[in-house]
Amino acid sequence: MSKIHVTTTVNGDEVEFLCDSRETLLDVLRDRLNLTGAKEGCGTGDCGACSVEVDGRLVCSCLMLGAEAEGKSIATVEGIAEGEELHPLQKKFIEYAALQCGICTPGILVAAKNLLERNPDPTETEVRYWLAGNLCRCTGYDKIIRAVMDTAKDMREAS
Amino acid sequence: MKYHKPQDFDEASRLAAGAKGATRFLAGGTDVLVQMRADVFTPDEIIDLKHIPGVKDITRRADGGWTIGIAVSGAEMSEHADLHAEWPGLVEAMDLIGSTQVQGRATLVGNLCNASPAADSVPAMIAAGVTVTVTGPNGSREVAVEDIPTGPGKTALARGELISAVNIPARGDHGGDAYERFIPRTEMDIAVVGVGINLRLDGDTVTEARVGLGAVAPTALLVQEAADAIIGTTLDDAALDKLAAATSAACKPINDKRGTVEFRTHVAGVLARRVALTAYKRAKG
Ligand SMILES: Cc1cc2nc3c(=O)[nH]c(=O)nc-3n(C[C@H](O)[C@H](O)[C@H](O)COP(=O)(O)OP(=O)(O)OC[C@H]3O[C@@H](n4cnc5c(N)ncnc54)[C@H](O)[C@@H]3O)c2cc1C
Ligand code: FES
Ligand code: FES
Repeated sequence: MSKIHVTTTVNGDEVEFLCDSRETLLDVLRDRLNLTGAKEGCGTGDCGACSVEVDGRLVCSCLMLGAEAEGKSIATVEGIAEGEELHPLQKKFIEYAALQCGICTPGILVAAKNLLERNPDPTETEVRYWLAGNLCRCTGYDKIIRAVMDTAKDMREAS
Repeated sequence: MKYHKPQDFDEASRLAAGAKGATRFLAGGTDVLVQMRADVFTPDEIIDLKHIPGVKDITRRADGGWTIGIAVSGAEMSEHADLHAEWPGLVEAMDLIGSTQVQGRATLVGNLCNASPAADSVPAMIAAGVTVTVTGPNGSREVAVEDIPTGPGKTALARGELISAVNIPARGDHGGDAYERFIPRTEMDIAVVGVGINLRLDGDTVTEARVGLGAVAPTALLVQEAADAIIGTTLDDAALDKLAAATSAACKPINDKRGTVEFRTHVAGVLARRVALTAYKRAKG
């Protein structure tokens, strides 16, 4: 079967790839572009481990075809840090030990960053609802929520 | 699987009419990709509608109503302040679908055409009196939302037909709508019962009402008896009792792991009361 040629932007860089029509954006990121930050927990939109931004919108990359990425701007967890300098959310997740196995962490970081860009001062309820589509089997969520709330506070004070 | 990117609705219709194998239109993909992944349904041809001009637009019509493009996501509807202010029930019903991530992609039309009996936006659209424009090989026609689903996973759309727009009526004065569903959890679950109500007042009296009921029959229902129970009343206790009884009476539910027949039938009445009171309060302004 002939492959589809796609040109897109990932974390600011223009990339081109060939993919099969059935491949999801998650398959493409992981298997063709070697960006393995986004994880596959379920493949059906339930767990959020595959979360990425497409044109600034938070989506599950397992629920989008690779072919649909044509002309889009995609942001993954690999683009969150500035070189060696971790994003405030990443630092705070380490400080709070807001992860154990870490499978959910890339998706939660992408989702939380997207929230804080839209709403720098969310309530705890808002954070919990925003992240309701990001499942974590390890932490019990509390440390994650506190890490996000505290990052938001630090970022507000810094700006 | 072949991936198509038609540039207008006629081309999309021709592609679907001429397709050799099983076809799916692709809006947000939050049902289509799940069904592919779960091996429930893998199309031979997929027709992505998001390259058609205007499908991402929310437009105020000259008559005061709204036209919603078929690829507008739930998140885009929630962020639209005027639409949200005029039709909070409809926008909130759409917003109940899935997570933040699903909201970034899911559409009204996908929710309608996937034809799940539990689709959340559908009872709210029925209550609001929403119609869709259906485009096919023989031109376009306007169809009421309640006439689209014909059974679980089945629609009234003929081969080569697709929905090209969602038409929300003008809000008008002294109107209000609301939607609520019952789910065992607080997020990320499928409705056990869903009720949408839209009404208009003259002073304290209900002059118009529409009641949409979901997840308790093979398709979402427009329940005329429930509307009749509150039209002409001030939504006093007697009217609310009649509304609850008429709503429960319209239920033809199934037993499943999320709710028994008795439970669904009872909860439908309970929700109808609550939703009517919210719509009434909103109509009062
Ligand atoms: C994690 C998760 C949670 C969910 N939670 C809910 C929930 O709480 N409540 C709920 O109701 N749903 C829920 N859903 C289901 C789904 O998100 C919704 O049904 C959504 O609105 C589908 O829209 P879509 O644009 O993604 O549809 P798609 O997947 O793109 O399409 C769905 C169907 O509609 C057809 N279609 C699309 N556009 C057109 C058109 N223009 N003309 C004709 N046919 C068309 C397609 O061929 C397909 O059969 C959930 C899904 C996931 C993955
Ligand atoms: S892998 Fe995409 S939501 Fe679970
Ligand atoms: S840290 Fe293991 S799933 Fe969240």
